[in-house]
Amino acid sequence: MHELSIAISLVEQLERAARREGAERVTAVRLVVGGLSGVEREPLEFCFPMAARGTLLEGARLEIEEVPPRVRCPACGAEETGGPAPVAACPRCGAAPVEILGGRELRVREMEVV
Amino acid sequence: MCRDCGCETGNRRVFGDAADHADGHGHHHHHHHDHDHDHDHEHEHDAPRVVHVHLPAGAEVHLHIGSGPPRVVRDAADSGPARAARRVALEQDVLAENDRIAAANRELLARHGAVALNLISSPGSGKTTLLERTLERLAGEIDLGVIVGDQQTDNDARRLAGRGAPVEQIETRSACHLDARRVAAPLQRMLDAGARLILVENVGNLVCPAAFDLGERFKVALLSVVEGEDKPLKYPVLFHDAPVVVITKLDLAARAGWDREACHRAIRAVNPDARILELAARDGTGLDAWCDLLRETAAGVSRTDPRRAAAEEA
Repeated sequence: MHELSIAISLVEQLERAARREGAERVTAVRLVVGGLSGVEREPLEFCFPMAARGTLLEGARLEIEEVPPRVRCPACGAEETGGPAPVAACPRCGAAPVEILGGRELRVREMEVV
Repeated sequence: MCRDCGCETGNRRVFGDAADHADGHGHHHHHHHDHDHDHDHEHEHDAPRVVHVHLPAGAEVHLHIGSGPPRVVRDAADSGPARAARRVALEQDVLAENDRIAAANRELLARHGAVALNLISSPGSGKTTLLERTLERLAGEIDLGVIVGDQQTDNDARRLAGRGAPVEQIETRSACHLDARRVAAPLQRMLDAGARLILVENVGNLVCPAAFDLGERFKVALLSVVEGEDKPLKYPVLFHDAPVVVITKLDLAARAGWDREACHRAIRAVNPDARILELAARDGTGLDAWCDLLRETAAGVSRTDPRRAAAEEA
């Protein structure tokens, strides 16, 4: 359940950004969450409104864009997206390790403010 | 005094008189501002109450709070458009704040010529027992310090106290991991107490602690022989990130039916260059290699990634 810590830190970060912008409140947040970030959509969606309560983000809509893990095998050059154990050996040639190209993202893309 | 909230501040004006308004209805206006403005707009609503909201950019809107759907009526005195939602591009890492504090912790440690290691495993993998034996063996030789994180109780700190090193317990309460901010003050106290190799025993959890950099030189993942050899495959993020993997409770390997080859294979699958140590804290097996790793780390031999040391050994 570190999604609650993540949500709190997200709200703090965005509240600072909103103040810098001179915004009265934040109405929407767009987040990129990678499949290897260790953060799950559902608990984050559950925790976000709690973290936002009493802040400039209260009532803000949370939009999550999920990014699947993306790996490349340095031995055979195969690129794979998704997969059950994406940092394990290359699914094509078995050589380990695969290089992680994407999926660790946990990034705020943008917010909407008024 | 304002009739709505009783406030005394500001140059407020309260309009309670229907005669103030061309539209003639008797609602109450709640004004908190220091300028005059004309009320030549029309109120077209069936709500009993109007609140004036003053937005920073000067745009003025009336929010009609009542039974009907909310509507925004622009003041006729306003020349600009109604304030609309606008997008603010950020492209910021959510853990940026944690990473910033972790970098500060790392710098603090470096200024003192000190390093920290972040020990991560499931609950019950033997972190505290290993730390007990470590302090017994090395406390007279290296300036050690220990920070232990648990959701509740200071049981671990008590177990580790009185072994020649400062020990501090962090009770994380609802949190399932330590973060950089939580360890900042304890790290400072450890340094003040003279510690130069600080072992941070994270909250027992294979998932969440892996996401939070504390400012350590590297992570150590621990895995006991009773846990199942495929754990690195199930929790790949931690085992991929930790350059050192310690297999604990080796004394129970036979009883647990532990498959060494399968376990190493699982670790190598996610982290082929990991330095793998096997030990049993209870009977002392393998503790020499563990202590050597700590000596190297404290002496700055492993100032870079310990994977390099593993590669040199090979």
